[in-house]
Amino acid sequence: MKRLVPMWIAIIAGFVMLLSAFFPITESLGETVGDVFNVVAAIAFILGAGSLAKVNLAKISRRDQGWGYAAITLICFAITLVVGLGKIGVPPNTQFPLLAWSGEKNADGSIFGWIYEFALVPITSTMFALLAFYVASAAFRAFRAKNLEAILLLSTAFIILLGRTFAGVVLTGWLPDWASGLRLENLSVYIMQVFNTAGNRAIIIGIALGVTATSLRILLGVDRSWMGSGD
Amino acid sequence: MFARIVKWDYLALVARNANANRWQKISSALIFCVIALGSFGASGVESKVDSKVDSRGKIPLNELGQEVIAPPAATSITAEDVAWDAGGVIKISWQPAAGITSATKWIVERSEVLVDGQGSGQGSGQGPWTLVAEVPIEEKYAVASKLSPEASYFFRVTAVSPNGSSAVTTTKSAVTGHWNFFIGAKLPLFCAILLVSACVINFILAARRGRPMKVRRIAALEAIKDAVGRATEMGRSILFVPGIQDMDNIQTVAGLTVLGNVSRTAAEYDAAIEVPTSRSLVMEAAREAVQASYLAAGRADAYNADAIRYITDEQFGFVAYVSGRMVREKPAACFYMGCFFAESLILAETGNSIGAIQIAGTAESSQLPFFVAACDYTLIGEEFMAASAYLSGEPDQIGSLKGQDLAKAIAAIVIVIGVVLATMAVIAPSGPIPAALAWLKGVLGS
Amino acid sequence: MSKLLSILESLDRRWIFLAMAISVAGPILYIGITGKTLPETPTPAARAVYKEIEALPPGTPVLLSFDFDPASGGELIPMATSLVHQCAARRLRMVFIALWPLGPQLIDETIKRVILADYPDLKEGVDYVNVGFQSGNEAVMKVMLTDFAKAFPITKNGIAVGDVVALQGIQRVLDFPLLITISAGYPGAKEWIQYVVSSSGGKIKMVTGCTGVQTSALYPYYPNQLSGLLGAIKGAAEYESLVNSSLAPNDTSAAIPAKYLEAQRRMGPQLGAHLLMIALIILGNIAYFAQRKSKVRATS
Repeated sequence: MKRLVPMWIAIIAGFVMLLSAFFPITESLGETVGDVFNVVAAIAFILGAGSLAKVNLAKISRRDQGWGYAAITLICFAITLVVGLGKIGVPPNTQFPLLAWSGEKNADGSIFGWIYEFALVPITSTMFALLAFYVASAAFRAFRAKNLEAILLLSTAFIILLGRTFAGVVLTGWLPDWASGLRLENLSVYIMQVFNTAGNRAIIIGIALGVTATSLRILLGVDRSWMGSGD
Repeated sequence: MFARIVKWDYLALVARNANANRWQKISSALIFCVIALGSFGASGVESKVDSKVDSRGKIPLNELGQEVIAPPAATSITAEDVAWDAGGVIKISWQPAAGITSATKWIVERSEVLVDGQGSGQGSGQGPWTLVAEVPIEEKYAVASKLSPEASYFFRVTAVSPNGSSAVTTTKSAVTGHWNFFIGAKLPLFCAILLVSACVINFILAARRGRPMKVRRIAALEAIKDAVGRATEMGRSILFVPGIQDMDNIQTVAGLTVLGNVSRTAAEYDAAIEVPTSRSLVMEAAREAVQASYLAAGRADAYNADAIRYITDEQFGFVAYVSGRMVREKPAACFYMGCFFAESLILAETGNSIGAIQIAGTAESSQLPFFVAACDYTLIGEEFMAASAYLSGEPDQIGSLKGQDLAKAIAAIVIVIGVVLATMAVIAPSGPIPAALAWLKGVLGS
Repeated sequence: MSKLLSILESLDRRWIFLAMAISVAGPILYIGITGKTLPETPTPAARAVYKEIEALPPGTPVLLSFDFDPASGGELIPMATSLVHQCAARRLRMVFIALWPLGPQLIDETIKRVILADYPDLKEGVDYVNVGFQSGNEAVMKVMLTDFAKAFPITKNGIAVGDVVALQGIQRVLDFPLLITISAGYPGAKEWIQYVVSSSGGKIKMVTGCTGVQTSALYPYYPNQLSGLLGAIKGAAEYESLVNSSLAPNDTSAAIPAKYLEAQRRMGPQLGAHLLMIALIILGNIAYFAQRKSKVRATS
């Protein structure tokens, strides 16, 4: 029963969503399924927050290694939750000046807005910027001219890397107009538009068919492993 | 009658749809036939021309007191229910008068027929005029959507220029937008889905009848046992990241199917598995999957729900946690199976730096190069989608992979036909080949 | 020499990180001090974005979807600035939405940076409106196909969309002749193409600015489903130079406000990073071949 009920929910919801794309009469049903998902996902937030609190509190009480970080996590979580839900420091909306909570949670002057601007933005930007470092170390390690395919890959990488900067213009800008196609900046566009596009389309078609077959396996109840590989 | 009911120009518009599924070609003829036969779904009400004289009755002047010449009104206006749609959509077409080039745009308005005034004719029993659309002067039609089902409307159009507005041209009778049971424009897509489904179901049934099915070896999936075994030998944990999207993403579902298998192997080997998630719902689903696997392996006592935990929805907050955890705990095997974006390389490089054996799978084509560069094994796109079927080894599921291959072969044949026709059309620019190519392009929507 | 090769073979990745930091920081400091930028030659994809916006008559409604967050702002904020700059200069009716929770904040920042600072005559609610964020990803797109007001019932300021002048005549997303998306992932440009552009029957055109990682995945859609494409900071710089040269043809880069040169300024660090990566790849291969040679010698 524990596996049967979720399986039938998935099958019915899946078919409703599929049919709602083609049959107008089921359109509202499809929207309802979408709404139900959003509601369930929102309620699941409570479970997520519970899990976060439980794991970190356990860590603190056991004085595990790095328990201080767990405490910081919980304190930051609580502060953000309170200032966000309480709209602390949020001025009322100009349209509804008498309603204290009518302003946007991250309006100018709000603590939530301050956290967003001076904590979230720099931290997430820093994490994203780490990519530059990891790309460099991955390139150093992974790009080896081991065989013909690897050499082709390497050459393509050089063309794209140079063609996407001013270095490409400096190196091949002297080429006459009749040979302008060989300029690095044009070559990089050509590679992106022709070779990259061809490869990507092949992968996209394969993925689309894979998604269809996977969905069908789940909708028909053939594949139930998403509920665990129990028999 | 036939010409009136079948909206040829609307269908042509549908056929030109830039992103139409390539399967459209197979069933384009069907659209026309079905719509012709199924005309009962469209009201086909056609209204006639009624150009009105400007009610102001005087020549307008500009701020300098000079006479300004307003653009001429449209000479005719028709409104008709769009056939085979979700209802509540009416197409309004008009004919511009000569000399309209001085105008810049058309203003299209509608007025609902009030219930007590239904059939009383223009100007009485109508609601207020509300804007439907402002369209460039080159356009000759507009589509009014979001109309109340089964309600009737009048429409009018006015040309606007910097010198003023034209007289209004109003439809003579009210038009009703009817529901249809099927969205005709999606018929090719529907047929394509049926075709692919037929291929898959056919092979599933064939497998059930005992037909032997064989799939090629997928190294990344064969390596799962080795990776789990290695983690057990080293006494370290296994890290499984099911992507950063929610359960409404098929990649997350595919990731969980692999998790079910990995966790069962981990349970059998008595290796600890850790699953950080960036969505609460995924955490719950992952817990169910892992618990069921532990139960199936006869190790229900070893299941630890807290090892499958929610971290944060914030993409880089999640990455920061997982990377930190990897550096501190040094898991021996890392699995990345699901939908990933910029975090793919950060996770995979961190995993590489701690010497973990790494297996990744995603259908995000833009992230594949990063996983290929930094991981030991990568499931590319459809391989990832096939992982669950492959790992299960069940004939039904293996059969579905065969069906998928057949659908791929059909897609390849269509591509080859297109390429051959396009090439031949360059060699012979006139005759049946360019016509066939144009038809194919029209159907495929390019 | 052999010592150098052994260092290369066992190079700690932190040295690579340091080299990357220097190669990026150097150009940032140089450009910051001198104010000089590198010249850009726009590619057809960037020109197409410019042309699509330029082709619209003043007053035409355009939908701008900010589907990103501050993390990818380094690449996408300069694009957003230039796109809004051109739309404001063309006096287009700008309707801003976001399918990412942090999008509305970025919209407000862009409005402040461009419209309030340089186009004070444009009125909020009339010439532009920030409709805000709606959760639901592609489900929101599907609803917008039939009913814009159902997907976004109120604006970010709490006004019913039916009362907003800037949204008059907009019943569904297809009433926008042009859709401009700035995309960092899911939901983003790919979903807009799949769920909206494909359903429009050619009625709606779409241009997009996306992160570098997404660019390769979006090229298959250009120029059919995507009318124009700005890929990463390079695309942003090309487009920015086009907008600047059309709006201020006689101005040198020194006379243009720094906010309208952000993308071009960032091409300097990109040059430094790319050159370092090429050097690293070459060094990595030298080490690899040296290692292979020594292995062959050892075997023989």
